[in-house]
Amino acid sequence: MSEAVAVHGGAEPAETPLTPESWGKLGMWLFLAGDAMSFGGLIVGYGILRHASKTWPVPAAVLGINLTALMTFLLIVSSVTMVLALAALQDGDRAKFNKFMGGTILGGAIFLGLQAYEWTHLIGHTLPHYNLSFTKDLFATTFFVLTGFHGMHVTGGVIYNSCVLAAVNRGRYQAKHVEIAGLYWHFVDLVWILIFTFVYLL
Amino acid sequence: MSTTAHSHHNYIKIFIILSVLTVIEIGVTFLGLPKMLIAVLLITLAVWKAALVAMHFMHLKMEKTTLSIVAIIPFILCVFLILMLLPDIYPH
Repeated sequence: MSEAVAVHGGAEPAETPLTPESWGKLGMWLFLAGDAMSFGGLIVGYGILRHASKTWPVPAAVLGINLTALMTFLLIVSSVTMVLALAALQDGDRAKFNKFMGGTILGGAIFLGLQAYEWTHLIGHTLPHYNLSFTKDLFATTFFVLTGFHGMHVTGGVIYNSCVLAAVNRGRYQAKHVEIAGLYWHFVDLVWILIFTFVYLL
Repeated sequence: MSTTAHSHHNYIKIFIILSVLTVIEIGVTFLGLPKMLIAVLLITLAVWKAALVAMHFMHLKMEKTTLSIVAIIPFILCVFLILMLLPDIYPH
C-alpha cells in the first residue's frame, strides 16, 4: 500500500489504503460490521435455543414459505434496482436514477407490507392453531425477535433511501452518497437471505 | 466509469444467479433428503448467495482490501462465538 510513497519519496501526497472518497464507505462498513455481529449473535442464539429445545415445530409447516419466498425475491429485486440506480447516477442520468431508486424504495415498502400481513396472520390464526404463543414458546419468540429486528432495518432503509432520493434531487447528494446508502440496503438484503434460510427453510 | 456498460450486464447476471439459487434452495426442502444433507446444502447455498451480494452489489470484489477485512471480521467472530458455546451445547 505504501509503495507509492517509497517510490516517490513522499514528494506526492501519500497514498493511504483508502482514498478520501471511500472514507464514508469505510464508516458504513464499520457500522455494518457491528450490525452483522448483532444479527450474528441473534442467529447463533436462535440456533442454540433450537438445538437445546426438546420440541421444535417444522418452521416451513407453521410459517409457510410461499409468501416468504416472494419477499426474498422482492428484496433481491430491490437490491438490483439499487445498483442500477447507482450506475445510472454515475452515468449522470438523473431520470433513470429516480426511476430505479423509486423502485428500490417501493420494493422495501411492499416488503414491509407483506411482513405486516404475515405477522398479523401468524398472531391471529396460525400460532393459535398450533397452540403456540409469542410469550411462551421459543419458536415464536425467536421468530419475532429475528424477523422484527430485520424488519426495523428495512424500515430504516426505506426512510434512509427516501432521504437520499430527495437529497440527490435537491443537488445535495452525489453518486458517492448513493453508494454508501446502497451498502446499507444490500446488507439488509444479505441478512434476509440468511434469515430466510435459518428461520424458514432449515 | 469506463466499466459501467460491463457492470450493468454483470448486475443482471448476478440477479439471475441469485434467483436460480433461491429456487434451488426451496426445491432442496422438497426432495426428502436426509436432514443433515439438507442443512449442509441450504447453508452452503445461503452463504453462496450472501457472498454474491457482498462481492458484486456491495462491490467488495473491486474494493480495497481494507473493506474486505472489515467485512470478514464479524463472520470470524461468529465462528468463535459458536466454538466458545460448543461446551454448553454438548455438555459431558
